[in-house]
Amino acid sequence: MEKIGILEGRQKQIYEKKEDEAAFDIKCETTSLSGSVSQRACVFCGSRVVLYPVADALHVVHGPIGCAAYTWDIRGAVSSGPELHRLSFSTDLREMDVIYGGEKKLHRSLVELIDDYRPKAAFIYSTCIIGLIGDDIDAVCRKVSQEKGIPVLPVHSEGFKGTKKDGYRAACDALMKLVGKGSTEGIGKYSINILGEFNLAGEAWIIKNYYEEMGIEVVSTMTGDGRVGDIRRSHGASLNIVQCSGSMVKLAKMMEEKYGIPYLRVSYFGIEDMSKALYDVAKHFSDNPAIMEAAKALVSREVGELYPQLREFRNELEGKKAAIYVGGAFKAFSLIKALRSVGMNVVLAGSQTGNKDDYSGLKEMCDEGTVIVDDSNPVELSKFILEKEADLLIGGVKERPIAYKLGVAFCDHNHERKIPLAGFEGMYNFIREVYSSVMSPVWRFAPRKGGLSS
Amino acid sequence: MLLRHTKKEVKEREGLTINPAKTCQPIGAMYAALGVHGCLPHSHGSQGCCAYHRSTLTRHYKEPVMSATSSFTEGASVFGGQANLLQAITTIFSVYDPDIIAVHSTCLSETIGDDLQQITKKALDDGRIPEDKRVIYASTPSFVGSHITGYANMVTGIAEQFAKPDGEKLDQVNIVAGWMEPSDMREIKRLSKELGARIVLFPDTSDVLDAPQTGRHEFYPKGGATVPALESTGRSRCSIALGCISAEPAAIALEKKCKVPFRTEDMPIGLSATDRFIMSLSKAAGVEVPDEITAERGRLVDVMTDMEQYFYGKKVALFGDPDQLIPLTEFLLDLNMKPVHIVSGTPGARFEKRMKEILKDAPYTNFKNGLTADMFLLHQWIKNEPVDLLIGNTYGKYIARDEDIPFVRFGFPILDRIGHSYFPNVGYTGALRLVEKILGVFLDRQDRDAPEEKFELVM
Repeated sequence: MEKIGILEGRQKQIYEKKEDEAAFDIKCETTSLSGSVSQRACVFCGSRVVLYPVADALHVVHGPIGCAAYTWDIRGAVSSGPELHRLSFSTDLREMDVIYGGEKKLHRSLVELIDDYRPKAAFIYSTCIIGLIGDDIDAVCRKVSQEKGIPVLPVHSEGFKGTKKDGYRAACDALMKLVGKGSTEGIGKYSINILGEFNLAGEAWIIKNYYEEMGIEVVSTMTGDGRVGDIRRSHGASLNIVQCSGSMVKLAKMMEEKYGIPYLRVSYFGIEDMSKALYDVAKHFSDNPAIMEAAKALVSREVGELYPQLREFRNELEGKKAAIYVGGAFKAFSLIKALRSVGMNVVLAGSQTGNKDDYSGLKEMCDEGTVIVDDSNPVELSKFILEKEADLLIGGVKERPIAYKLGVAFCDHNHERKIPLAGFEGMYNFIREVYSSVMSPVWRFAPRKGGLSS
Repeated sequence: MLLRHTKKEVKEREGLTINPAKTCQPIGAMYAALGVHGCLPHSHGSQGCCAYHRSTLTRHYKEPVMSATSSFTEGASVFGGQANLLQAITTIFSVYDPDIIAVHSTCLSETIGDDLQQITKKALDDGRIPEDKRVIYASTPSFVGSHITGYANMVTGIAEQFAKPDGEKLDQVNIVAGWMEPSDMREIKRLSKELGARIVLFPDTSDVLDAPQTGRHEFYPKGGATVPALESTGRSRCSIALGCISAEPAAIALEKKCKVPFRTEDMPIGLSATDRFIMSLSKAAGVEVPDEITAERGRLVDVMTDMEQYFYGKKVALFGDPDQLIPLTEFLLDLNMKPVHIVSGTPGARFEKRMKEILKDAPYTNFKNGLTADMFLLHQWIKNEPVDLLIGNTYGKYIARDEDIPFVRFGFPILDRIGHSYFPNVGYTGALRLVEKILGVFLDRQDRDAPEEKFELVM
């Protein structure tokens, strides 16, 4: 493979699948090289995206204004009730606070806010400089919690203390402090918690409806359309189902250890994985065959409706090539399968935060010639998209304009999805969105693929 | 109602900010640096800062935004970020090959005490900076000022670190752009050309953040102030700073370093501020105002007279950035409207003073800037005294929806509409666009709310 344009020291984070390749040893789970135009974010970002959808909690960002400003209602995590999570609260630290410490300001702010908003709990995010100026946010949180009688939970999310994944961990630690605090009375045997589903565009509701249709009780969704009260009693559920590349696997593990609740990892994207997510849960409750019956009926009904709709898209999309660059690698598996179901091939698969297992899985799954990348940058992405002649890029906010500049179709499978992409109806939406972009007449007017063809 | 929690009663808050009308310094520095040709902004801090700034600028411009990061780790926060920055400089020149790296700091690197001047000097001494390349820097601690301060600091860095004082004076005028859109910078250049004035505009993000679709991803688009142009600013006749907050510090730096005299004008938004800019530039460049510009002005005034009945007495709430709010407020007054509530998260006595001058005949106005001058306060004020129009960035849409107020998007960031990159707000044409937009929302509202018998065809 041509190495021009690839960052020195980056070669080990890029792999091209070839026949008879002996060793597969992709480097991942490292911090980015200084000086790279990385598409990644930080620890704080990881914590914020996981906790933010808890809608009846107060979310206070302790630090200078930026961290709060940039995460103010950007994710489209929908709530069916309270919307306190969509406001932006910051201690807006100034120079004097940096010198003298921000504990008092934090304390005052929390007291004011809790009095005004009466939240069910409060999450306090520490940002980069909090550790440096020595604020003891644990102590402040304890104090406010005693004074106000609600859980006030510190989230140790200083930006530089690792990668986004460490932020997920910090978020799980904070959630774990709520779990087990509520009464589990009335929770039945066939009950689950939905973890790692953030209700973007209302996706958690779709999933929840499926499970409820199967006769399963959903105790809590973490954290999409999340409520503090539900989280507090979530230890009463019999099973945790965990979506997303590990953002909440840690919580599931902790709950398994402490409360003996087993967990299953699932994905809701694409027909295959969505069906599996329902069947796996039904299998878990095999002592009640009615659940499996209901799952089968549901899948058969949904797939029966979906297939004819997809067939029309498939006629046009067959043979088109896709590049995937997503936050977590787990999602890439589902996307590859979903795209295959309409005849599309994946020529590039990458993620910001995948681990070794994820990448070996990707390697197994991908066709020969597919490029696999960890923590990529715009130069690499552009290069591979052009070399592999991709027709579509699936990515997030920073990738979209790059695809368009190259004359390549785009689908946002990240924060900025505006329609649900999960579940069976989400699969239809996803393929429809892919179709609308790939087949858009705009490409007739736009120079494409490096200006080489049109 | 999303903002149902907002209470009417206003009480003193001690420091806490709810729904900010500002963000932090580094994004301003990043935006300013994109206005230099062949420049890669570099964020000296954690990865998240860079990612957030790029995402926000991308959402605002719908364009790729390139910037590198030092990717701080725990080690860097203990031992200092020098090693990261040195490594970053080497990496960037060998891989991304910009002509210039513009480093800005963050709250993290500032708190650690990293000295950008010293580190960049060391990079130079160590031979990490190729001969024909440059590394410039600006200190932009997030806990001081706002994004506007960061912009001003980077523009000052650009001025200070490129301008060469020596040599013959050149028949040209520097125009230091305050924080404005690529479309505005393009319009300033067009007006100057129309006037026949030779100018050097910096920074200049036109043809950078409004780049055409070409089938290629240009890491360094064709626009941006060039190094020779920036070097020549030290020999210009004079500078005009467009904005006392975001542009003037750079003009002061040029005066100090190269003895280039300067004049500060409000950003040319609206009729009066554009008049002053045109007069100032024509005087500085020694050129006459051509008929074509007089005609442009005439067209604006013509529309203002045609539609004056619709503006009289309308109450307006506005929020945003100082150098835009100052002339916008003046323009609203020129249109016979009443700017009753104004907030800006950007602190500063200079801003307050200028606003007081503009508002001398409008004693009814609530104005606050700096700490706790946020969207929450603005909303409370609006609840106490309702308005007919809200003007500000995208975040205004929550208030506009909850209170059912006509809303004109203006400022940064605009995350939910297009147009700001392509159609200017500055100059007479920009003012005409503003009039059109304001009138549009008023009349749409009238059409929406009119009972059938009063629903009018001709307005």
